[in-house]
Amino acid sequence: MLRCNVFNKKTRNNKIKKEVREVYLRDDIWCGASSCTTCESAAARLTASTILVVDTNVVLHQIDLLENPAIDNVVVLSVVLDEVKNKNLSVYNRIRALCSNPLRKLYVFANKFHKDTHVEKMEKESPNDLNDRAIRVATQWYQKHLGDATRVLLLTNDRENKRKATEEGIFAETIESYVKSLGQPDLLDLVVQPASVDVNMEDVEDSRPAKRKVIYAEHKPMSEITSGLRHGIYHQGKLRVNRYNPFEAYVGSESIGDEIIIYGRTNMNRAFDGDIVAVELLPQEEWHEEKSLSIADEEEEEEEDVHLAPSSADDAPRSTNLVNASDQIPVPSRPSGRVVGIIKRNWHSYCGSLDPMPMPAGSGSIAYALFVSKDRRIPKIRIQTRQLGNLLNKRIIVAVDSWDRQSRYPFGHYVRVIGDIGDRDTESEMVLIENDIDARPFSAQVLACLPPLPWSVSSEDLANPIRLDLRQICVFSVDPPGCKDIDDALHCTALPNGNYEVGVHIADVTNFVHPGSPLDDEASKRGTSVYLVERRIDMLPKPLTEDICSLRADVERLAFSVIWEMTPEAEIISTRFSKSVIKSCAALSYVEAQARMDDSRLVDPLTTDLRNMNSLAKVMRQRRIERGALTLASAEVKFQIDTETHDPLDIGMYQIRDANQMVEEFMLAANVSVAGQILKMFPLCSLLRRHPSPTREMLEPLLRTAAAVGINLDVSTSKALADSLDRAVGDDPYFNKLIRILATRCMTQAVYFCSGDLSPQEFHHYGLAAPLYTHFTSPIRRYADVIVHRLLAASLGIYKLPTIFQDRPQLTSTADNLNYRHRNAQMASRASVELHTLIYFRKRPTDTEARIVKIRSNGFIVFVPKFGIEGPVYLTAKGQKEGGEWYVDEQQQKIIKMDSSLSYSVLQTLRIHMEVVEPQPNRPKLQLTLI
Amino acid sequence: MEYVSPEGLRLDGRRPTEMRQLRAEIGAVSKADGSAVFEMGNTKVIAAVYGPREVQNRSQQINDQALVRCEYSMANFSTGDRVRKPKGDRRSIEISLVIRQTMEACIMTHLMPRSQIDIFVQVLQADGVSSYSCVSLSCSLPLIDHPHFMNYPKNNQSCGGMEGADYVNRTRSACINAATLALADAGIPMHDLATSCSAGYLNSTPLLDLNYIEDSAGGADVTVGILPTLDKVTLLQMDAKLPTNIFEDVMQLATEGCKAIANYIREVLVENTKQLEYRRGS
Ligand SMILES: [Zn+2]
Repeated sequence: MLRCNVFNKKTRNNKIKKEVREVYLRDDIWCGASSCTTCESAAARLTASTILVVDTNVVLHQIDLLENPAIDNVVVLSVVLDEVKNKNLSVYNRIRALCSNPLRKLYVFANKFHKDTHVEKMEKESPNDLNDRAIRVATQWYQKHLGDATRVLLLTNDRENKRKATEEGIFAETIESYVKSLGQPDLLDLVVQPASVDVNMEDVEDSRPAKRKVIYAEHKPMSEITSGLRHGIYHQGKLRVNRYNPFEAYVGSESIGDEIIIYGRTNMNRAFDGDIVAVELLPQEEWHEEKSLSIADEEEEEEEDVHLAPSSADDAPRSTNLVNASDQIPVPSRPSGRVVGIIKRNWHSYCGSLDPMPMPAGSGSIAYALFVSKDRRIPKIRIQTRQLGNLLNKRIIVAVDSWDRQSRYPFGHYVRVIGDIGDRDTESEMVLIENDIDARPFSAQVLACLPPLPWSVSSEDLANPIRLDLRQICVFSVDPPGCKDIDDALHCTALPNGNYEVGVHIADVTNFVHPGSPLDDEASKRGTSVYLVERRIDMLPKPLTEDICSLRADVERLAFSVIWEMTPEAEIISTRFSKSVIKSCAALSYVEAQARMDDSRLVDPLTTDLRNMNSLAKVMRQRRIERGALTLASAEVKFQIDTETHDPLDIGMYQIRDANQMVEEFMLAANVSVAGQILKMFPLCSLLRRHPSPTREMLEPLLRTAAAVGINLDVSTSKALADSLDRAVGDDPYFNKLIRILATRCMTQAVYFCSGDLSPQEFHHYGLAAPLYTHFTSPIRRYADVIVHRLLAASLGIYKLPTIFQDRPQLTSTADNLNYRHRNAQMASRASVELHTLIYFRKRPTDTEARIVKIRSNGFIVFVPKFGIEGPVYLTAKGQKEGGEWYVDEQQQKIIKMDSSLSYSVLQTLRIHMEVVEPQPNRPKLQLTLI
Repeated sequence: MEYVSPEGLRLDGRRPTEMRQLRAEIGAVSKADGSAVFEMGNTKVIAAVYGPREVQNRSQQINDQALVRCEYSMANFSTGDRVRKPKGDRRSIEISLVIRQTMEACIMTHLMPRSQIDIFVQVLQADGVSSYSCVSLSCSLPLIDHPHFMNYPKNNQSCGGMEGADYVNRTRSACINAATLALADAGIPMHDLATSCSAGYLNSTPLLDLNYIEDSAGGADVTVGILPTLDKVTLLQMDAKLPTNIFEDVMQLATEGCKAIANYIREVLVENTKQLEYRRGS
């Protein structure tokens, strides 16, 4: 091993410093070619007679191509990896994954530590030139090392580098010419064109006569941004595009402590959702320009689709976005701004389909097409393809490459086909990809962490002093019918003193999922199980969820128990927590449990326990409501699915029974008790769940709607709101539920957080009116509960607290990931329901009752209670823009015909016709029309 | 941050269980009774030993054993001139104590009652410290040669801040190894050669002999000092926490490192003896 010192000159405080760094050069770094006789061949990957060496830009820009198995036998140099890592971490992770994929032939050569390929910086050489030279030196070494039988080919799109390489006797080609030489035309679609080719794309720019004019403002250079940020002229933050109005975005800025609103694509200035941007505030007089969507109005206004009714504010449009509120008193508007630079791009690949377009003349020639992402926050993306005919009716994945000032849309390239549009499997996969859900089978490493099957409670478990033996107690579970992953069970025993012993027993998942194991890492990444209409994507492998941890009837299972002594008035006298062994005596469905309680002839012990429990639950529920807990409502839809075709057979609302509420009540109580216990022992590193109070602004749409029908809602506290919701009764029985549904969708969702990150007042859970709350009761399907189980066990001194809890930033990012995964799981469930709704109505045009929930200038949005969906009903035909036939009364929330012959007002009931139509081939959509 | 690549190479090209390059030179300070320069990669330390000699301050004299004293100092690299870091700051005192205790454990102090042994250790170069020019031996020697070095007026000015403190930690092992070699050169009777080496834990991998960048990563860092033939641990310091099973692996690795250093030091001593014999012979 040789040693050499590398000197880095560093300028700091105007002083020139030399930094000495050691590098050890080795002779035990192997070339990785199987044909080589001098190197150790155990790790050899390269088998072909042509071996490729790629430069940094090829990896950065052509990663989709490299991911295609047609490109193989590639040497990835460590100097390239380092540079890629600096420039784009996500590409780095992808190339690393390829290098470690045993099915592929990519070999990492640590050129900078090899004695013959290490290069020293030369006088006046730029870092780029140094890297290029290092790549050429390594390529040359390979050629010399492997001899003439092998051709070592350098792939680079850098003209200068290629010229130098050729001069030095190295085979070098551009990526295009290499891919062309492979004779697989489809591969060419994956090749990212250099930006200079963009000029050709004018054809698809649009049909307007305009030349390639500048559409967007220039992005400021980084130095200017940095100084602007320092001087408070610019503000830095992550851009979040409104999911329901892609022409509106928000940048949460710490420097001004508020959200800056960005209206319109011009002001967004080519920023994507998730980009870290620098924003300049607009002058205050321009803050209220909600309507001046300067780019949007040039663009065809996107039509609103029929979708699932939102169940919280997170699912619904943020802005009121109703009608032109010209006569409205302007509310103090929030700061708005425009993007002046992009600090960090969040570009990745997107799934969607191509905008329908006519086929170009000769097939197989290059066509330019516009890609429309399923995620509406993403602008259309321009791609070029040689297989338009093949792609038009497909769901495809596209990646973004660049976006210059002259192009309305960004440029990208085709990555792969998912499947046919409208095909259920394709669309389901879209849902998963779109929501970043990993539905791959568990790896062998993860499965190796499972205990051998068949598993049963061992004598050691029973002898373990930390475990309470509760096998003699009549424990039972109540779940939806057919539930296989039973993670909670209950018991309720009458005590001699007239009180009750009530127990909540939760599957002891952490007995099997050990901190830091591959199984734990995987579950932590997944964060939650995902429930789609036709399938479930588990957080933990099936043997655990459906067998070992599932608290099934008549088998002994390990549990983590919360046991209270309660008075008949449901006052908690004492609380105990303990690991336990239980043997459930019955796994009931909600319907079964309800039927038992309702059947007065039954007096068996189980039924008696159920009834006692139910009456306790009712007291607890009443007390909770008195405290101000909201009884909110959402329209939960349930499908009956054909077991063979997986097509929906029936659709309807989910019915909630006493038995559901009973179980829910005790789960809430257990979560509250556990939250108190862990926070007491670990005030700084407990994982809790909070529900922020809705701001008045968020409740504004509800208040306006209620006011229009003459109802005054008091939203000062959750208690006041709960009371006024109780009083909001209309002419029909559904009215109150409708108001509650509208209230629910004004609120944001509850979120996980680390207790050390917030002050105790902020821990509050608004919806439950509880000062403290956490998730403990579903560790089989939520990772938050797994963390809480570990905290609870540590608080009892049973186990040591895993080291991650000492690392606050890590814990915070875990909580953030859980929120992200949770949110995505919900979005995916909703998308899956929407998909099946569409499939269901495809063959079944239906007439049904609907309620108007929002007035628009050309119609209104209706909510269809029976199917839980909402969507637009147009009074004027599209294109006929505000023909003046109708006008809107904002105050009354009414849309009135000019001749006053007809009017519709908010919350009004009407009958509509639902039918699936195909305005464009292969783009089916559900249409609602007035009968 | 990736400190060990999937190919198993560290940022400087070493594998996890490889040490930085060692280099040692005996007898660099002519006026001292024993001296040595010890290098571990870019860290370079000089040690000089005076004694056994008469105890200077009679009140400190010990009747049944030798008094061992140790002074640690560090050239001031950040400015590049010859001003030295003020002595007597907390870190320097602490490391002086660590070196003294480690050396005391290997010197047969009972053979030299009522005498004094002074060990001066100076860091000439610490890995990762930028320096104008390499601090040359000549500019450091006068100080080390000064017999009353320890009686310099103490400067209470606080020193170094975190940066300085980190260098102190990073040079611990090299100081002990240099001191051992200098004591051997001075012919001071010892039970064994005390050697020291550190190991850390990054990217779920135990790493031998952390360099500056690895050390700055904030992971755990275990410094071990041993008496290799006696198989005794004389020093164990750890920054940050480690689970027990991992700690055992890391400590094991550091101990292996100590043994390798001991072998190297023995070779150096044998070579030095040969050189002396050769010179005497000629
Ligand atoms: Zn070879």
